[in-house]
Amino acid sequence: METPDFLPIERLQSLIDTLIDDGFRCVAPQVRDGAILYETLDSVKQLPKGIAQEQSNGRYRLQDTDSPRNFAWANGPQAIKPLTFAPREELWYGELKSDGSLKFYQAPTETEPVAVLGVRACDLAALALQDQHFQSTFPDPYYAARRKRLLLIAVHCTHSAATCFCHSTGDGPEAQSGYDLSLYETDLGYFVTAGSLAGEMLLHRLPLEPGDAALFAAARSETRQAAESQQCQLPQGDLQTLLFGNLNHPQWEAVAERCLSCGNCTQVCPTCFCHSENEVPSISGQSTTHERQWDSCFSPGHSYIHGITLRKETASRYRQWLTHKFGSWHEQYGRSGCVGCGRCISWCPVGIDPTEELAIICKDGTGDSA
Amino acid sequence: MINPYLPLEAEVVERIQETPSIVTLRLRLTDPDARHRFYCAPGQFNMLYLYGVGEVPISIKSGPQSFLDQTLLLDHTIRAVGRVTRALVKLEPGAKLGVRGPYGRGWPLNQAQGKDVHIITGGLGCAPAVSVVHELMRQRSRYGRISVVQGVKHADDLIWRDQYEHWAKQPDTQVLLAADQANASWRWHTGMVTGLLDQLHLDTERSLAMLCGPEPMMRASAERLIELGLRPEQIWLSMERNMQCAIGHCGHCQFGAAFVCKDGPVFNYPAVRELLGTRGF
Repeated sequence: METPDFLPIERLQSLIDTLIDDGFRCVAPQVRDGAILYETLDSVKQLPKGIAQEQSNGRYRLQDTDSPRNFAWANGPQAIKPLTFAPREELWYGELKSDGSLKFYQAPTETEPVAVLGVRACDLAALALQDQHFQSTFPDPYYAARRKRLLLIAVHCTHSAATCFCHSTGDGPEAQSGYDLSLYETDLGYFVTAGSLAGEMLLHRLPLEPGDAALFAAARSETRQAAESQQCQLPQGDLQTLLFGNLNHPQWEAVAERCLSCGNCTQVCPTCFCHSENEVPSISGQSTTHERQWDSCFSPGHSYIHGITLRKETASRYRQWLTHKFGSWHEQYGRSGCVGCGRCISWCPVGIDPTEELAIICKDGTGDSA
Repeated sequence: MINPYLPLEAEVVERIQETPSIVTLRLRLTDPDARHRFYCAPGQFNMLYLYGVGEVPISIKSGPQSFLDQTLLLDHTIRAVGRVTRALVKLEPGAKLGVRGPYGRGWPLNQAQGKDVHIITGGLGCAPAVSVVHELMRQRSRYGRISVVQGVKHADDLIWRDQYEHWAKQPDTQVLLAADQANASWRWHTGMVTGLLDQLHLDTERSLAMLCGPEPMMRASAERLIELGLRPEQIWLSMERNMQCAIGHCGHCQFGAAFVCKDGPVFNYPAVRELLGTRGF
């Protein structure tokens, strides 16, 4: 790979300024309530400079360091999924006219351009999966409008958390595709590459200087070290066959002893797409709003059908989540639904690690239990 | 971009109380253009929307012929069982509601051409099957023998008795009815619907079976048909799951890798055979 041009660290603000001048709302990672969240920003001073991260089963802590870097951490509980698939949004609203007739109006779509600085490889892979889900057979106009307005600036990961396993899913730590611009971070600044025409045009307007080949080689080797440092991994093999061949494995009950069925794993997962549709009538009764909201396969309502809850027990809900995420996704979208971000491990209040559960359930091949 | 979530306004033209808890609503889309464009295949469903309450998936009982001849009434037979359906069945003629659809894949009418078709239903599973029987009758010469087998829990639950008696009089048509609990006027089989399958005139080489009803009933019927000589590929069944979007987005209806709303609701038996008996899917 040819040495890309270099943006010295003191000129990073010029990237943000250019984006804002172009009419983008700039969204980037910031420290909020002890976690890294992606929020609107206009100054590099808001970035999580010197922040390091400790993540493990059921644990997420930030630490201050002297590092000049802004992206020396892995991820936060949420990144870009809410920017395309909103946690709660209006689909349409209806009016009841005085003659008893009904009128339906579609909700306006969001068109404000948004540039995201600091997108991770795992989240780009997750976005590609969400694109497939929401934009294939029946394109979703709300998702599509939000997706179209996004400009994505990736920052390749150099600091894996103990919960990260993107290397074993093949999605990181170096972003492969799906970005407009990508940055390799060093102590001195950023090597900048373009991944799209929009990124190419933006790149040419930045105050870049020729990059140093040795420094770039070191920057890239940091992403490789981040890969090698990852301790978690997905079990090898055809997980769809292995999971559906072990539907009666005793481990489903064993994990259900610990699982609270709280749904945190699905809420932080960047690929989970389940949502409920809810009716919110006005108090006057003259109008009503039809909304959708993120749902979870761990909620009792998820499997409700004409008076019956199909998945009453936590074991069956956990099995639904795991057999879908690591199993039937392959058939639905040609790959696993897991991008190895590890959020479900850190944000599980009891510290369940799905990779460990998978390893136990799949270790003896397909049982004859199915 | 077409908004797949937006309902169309419809009006209740007629309300038929089938049993104390089952009502058929006959609906007409109020927009003439929408009426003109609407076309559905037997086995598909609509999302019915009750103002301020919510949406439910309900199969379309009317056959495609009614749309072609422009009578354009959408018949939906609804059992009052949940929050939305309990309110929906109270709608009176003239009331307005929302409709979006049709959705899903219907019955395999192309594969059924030239074959004997056996329609085996249980309870209100007869509703999604009525449209296909109408269609078979309308194009009668394209198909071989037709059998209609319906089972109910209690004899009082049988709806459309006149319809079954009418079909029973048609040539090359066999109608078999069963009730787990008979009453004084019940003159058909007492017991499970599977107890009737031995009576089918089953030409295993040229038959196709369509099943709709509670899953244990469909599973038992399918397995019995296989014992009687049908191959699993000759059996089709209509599935139900929680559906909120009807376009494969909301995730609730997943059954293994299938989204029941768009990959089904009608499935070939081999596609669902493994999971059908597994609790929790």
